[in-house]
Amino acid sequence: MTETELTLCSESKQFLTFVLANEEYAVDILRVQEIRGWMPVTRIPGAPGYMKGVLNLRGEIIPIIDLRERFGFETKAYNHTTVVVFVWIKSEERQRSMGLVVDAVADTYDIANEAINPAPLMGEGLDPKFIEALATVEGKMVILLDIDYLLNADALACTQTGYLNE
Amino acid sequence: MSIDLAQFIPTFLEESFEGLEVMESGLLNLDTEDAETINAIFRAAHSIKGGAGTFGFTDITDFTHVVETLMDELRAERRAFTDTLKNLLLSSVDCIRLLLEAARDNTECNDPQVDQVFKQLEMVLAGGEVVLTHADNEKADSTHNLSSENDNLPENVSSAGEINNSGWHIEFKPAQHLLMTGNEPILMMAALAECGEFLVHACTANVPALLDLNPEELFLVWDMDLYSDCDEAVVREVFEWVEDDCELTITPIVDDNRAVNSQSDSLFQEHLADFQNPQGDVPVSVQDEAPVAATITTESVAPEASVSITAAERAEMSSVAKSQDNVRKSQSDAGSIRVGIDKIDGLINRVGELVITQSMLGQVGSELADLEHPAVDRLNDGLLQLERNTRDLQEEVMRIRMLPISFVFNRFPRLVHDVSSQLGKEVELKLSGEQTELDKTVMEKIGDPLLHLVRNALDHGLETPQERVAAGKSECGTLDLNAYHQGGFIIIQIKDDGRGLDTQRIREKALENGLISSDQVLSEADIHDLIFLPGFSTAVEVNGLSGRGVGMDVVRRNIESLGGHVSVTSEAGIGSSFTVTLPLTLAILDGQLIKLQQEAYIIPLVSIVESIWVSAEALNAVAGQGRLFLFRDEYVPVIHLSSLFGFEEYSKDFSSSLMVIVEGGGKKAGLIVDELQGQQQVVIKSLETNYKRVDGFFGATILGNGQVALILDVASLIKMGLDNANKKQPRRHKNNDEAQQMKVRV
Repeated sequence: MTETELTLCSESKQFLTFVLANEEYAVDILRVQEIRGWMPVTRIPGAPGYMKGVLNLRGEIIPIIDLRERFGFETKAYNHTTVVVFVWIKSEERQRSMGLVVDAVADTYDIANEAINPAPLMGEGLDPKFIEALATVEGKMVILLDIDYLLNADALACTQTGYLNE
Repeated sequence: MSIDLAQFIPTFLEESFEGLEVMESGLLNLDTEDAETINAIFRAAHSIKGGAGTFGFTDITDFTHVVETLMDELRAERRAFTDTLKNLLLSSVDCIRLLLEAARDNTECNDPQVDQVFKQLEMVLAGGEVVLTHADNEKADSTHNLSSENDNLPENVSSAGEINNSGWHIEFKPAQHLLMTGNEPILMMAALAECGEFLVHACTANVPALLDLNPEELFLVWDMDLYSDCDEAVVREVFEWVEDDCELTITPIVDDNRAVNSQSDSLFQEHLADFQNPQGDVPVSVQDEAPVAATITTESVAPEASVSITAAERAEMSSVAKSQDNVRKSQSDAGSIRVGIDKIDGLINRVGELVITQSMLGQVGSELADLEHPAVDRLNDGLLQLERNTRDLQEEVMRIRMLPISFVFNRFPRLVHDVSSQLGKEVELKLSGEQTELDKTVMEKIGDPLLHLVRNALDHGLETPQERVAAGKSECGTLDLNAYHQGGFIIIQIKDDGRGLDTQRIREKALENGLISSDQVLSEADIHDLIFLPGFSTAVEVNGLSGRGVGMDVVRRNIESLGGHVSVTSEAGIGSSFTVTLPLTLAILDGQLIKLQQEAYIIPLVSIVESIWVSAEALNAVAGQGRLFLFRDEYVPVIHLSSLFGFEEYSKDFSSSLMVIVEGGGKKAGLIVDELQGQQQVVIKSLETNYKRVDGFFGATILGNGQVALILDVASLIKMGLDNANKKQPRRHKNNDEAQQMKVRV
């Protein structure tokens, strides 16, 4: 192993994990802006069901996405552990902020790069494209989400129509 | 001088683009020999050249130099101004723009047009009749106050240097402060020495005694002889940056010893110094005759581009001592500063937050109103004052963003000139209301749609001179562009006196494209409205001007996405008139707060006609589905917002409802809402920032309680409501796919 590879391997990243239907999902902690308890949102007519609505985060209007519904899991009534994780994502040239409704926040981990494995193709359930990788932490499997893809796909894509673009 | 010039490049480019606009409008207005306009064009070209030289954009310098030379000849009346020349100069303006754009984008400009025009310019310069007699020169000279130096000799030296000579005699008398402007005579001489044999004689007569000598000032005068076959321009270039700070006489050393004087044109190049020494403090001197301009200093982050030009203008005005129209002068006297748009936007956002905070405090204040406490009254007084001040502040801040629509209109004289000559049509363009102000953001977005409408009018609306004569009209068609304020809107009218819309052909075309069915009864206005439908173009052949796939539907959609509306009226043989209605600003609006179930929405106040209680009997069902309401002799469709938005708790109880009659996109509708709340001014926040555009809504706002309320886009809601009724499926919320369709449809 060359020296550069060694340094790469020994590096680790911090992740925030949260629980969704008894599984643990992780996002890069640097992407997390804020975590808040669930609060009522303003619905957006015509938006897909998983898009719960928008709310005001310090003067900004942020769309809120229910991850359970986004992944097609069974919905569950929001309770006192339900939280909204505000993350920022890269969308084309700009940054957008979105809130993810999850069952509960779990933990933060330092995950070494070598503990991260590419995600195997899965038969059913979660769209494998949403998953960036899998990691093993303290004997548990943690799913690292590709939020840039997840929150830019389908109806969430920012559609920009310029004057002559059609 | 160890300043980083690169930081001034954006300023240079900005000023240069403005300069190009000056040149362009000047050229278009230059129908008569108007010395003032020619001078303005010359100065603009000269500034661009000077700036480009400083920043090392040699291609721009070279190109502009030729244009400048040509303008110089025009200015001195050594060349007559013809239409051909005008067109050539106009295309050279385009070329300079291309070059500047290339410079801005850090790319090379490879457009063949540039070379082509450059060659043409050179050809004109070389082949033109240049020389005029001295008698004719007097007029020009009096304008520039040059006659003192101009002895009885032809003046063609500066342009070509055709006179055979063996070199140049240069008298260089720098101003005392020359060294302080960062110029070093020795470097200039070194540059001259490279051109050939070079003799210098320094005259020390003016040097004071050592005790009185200020070492930072320059007292020397030089006589130089340069024996070389180089052009005068080469010599002049060496002195380019000091022309304003010196007296410079360049005389050819002619074999027969006949000295030919040419005078420096440094008199009107004072603004060069701005570029040369952009950190300011350069006293720009216009030699003797212009006290006004003599002490103009410019700041580093360049102020309005017009400052330097204005100085020159005033200098000339005073020297000409004619009462020329002072309009321009008074305009430029209104001081202004140039500020980055991001700073203004930051300010506006901050004020927006302030408005939200203020309305939040106002709410708290009204909740406390019942409280028995002496401080409550004082609090409410304070809150009232805060509200007033916030509103004033907001209005002032919004005014900063307001610009006269002339910024958009100014593009059109050129466009009309080009397009009409291309099409062989004669068109007179009439602009009015150019000073009407609107928000910069709206202005930026309205440019293209307006351009499209104007092109359409030129291409499809106006006829050729032959056709016009045959129709008993004057050969020259008229295109009217008019702008004015009405309510919270700006109205822009584009009116031509052409052939009008061909109702028959539009109908045929719409049938052909399946936009209407053959048995559909349509009024004239309905048929005219068809041209705004997607996929509609009656142009027989696609040409470079219009009909290249961008239809009126895009125009309409773009205007509607700004919360505006476009409509057309037309009369066959008389002409058509397009009316564009736009909100003055996209940043704030006066809204009516309504409630639908637990959610609050804002209806823009300008869209509301009336709010009324209606009983179920007043709502007439049509074919058991859609409902209509008789509102002042007019049946308006009723839109149940809860149902349209697909909220589950939809109740069919119409027994007594609150209805808001709204108008948008030229149509009226009655919106059924649950509750009317207060009116308030809201700050429009885009949903696109973090999500995307949502059909039926302009955006959202944050209410005093921190909640988000969506702002209804009435025109698009009415359209959605009618489409919805047509589909006869009022309860679409069950099906997400369908909801999706609703959004995809544009």
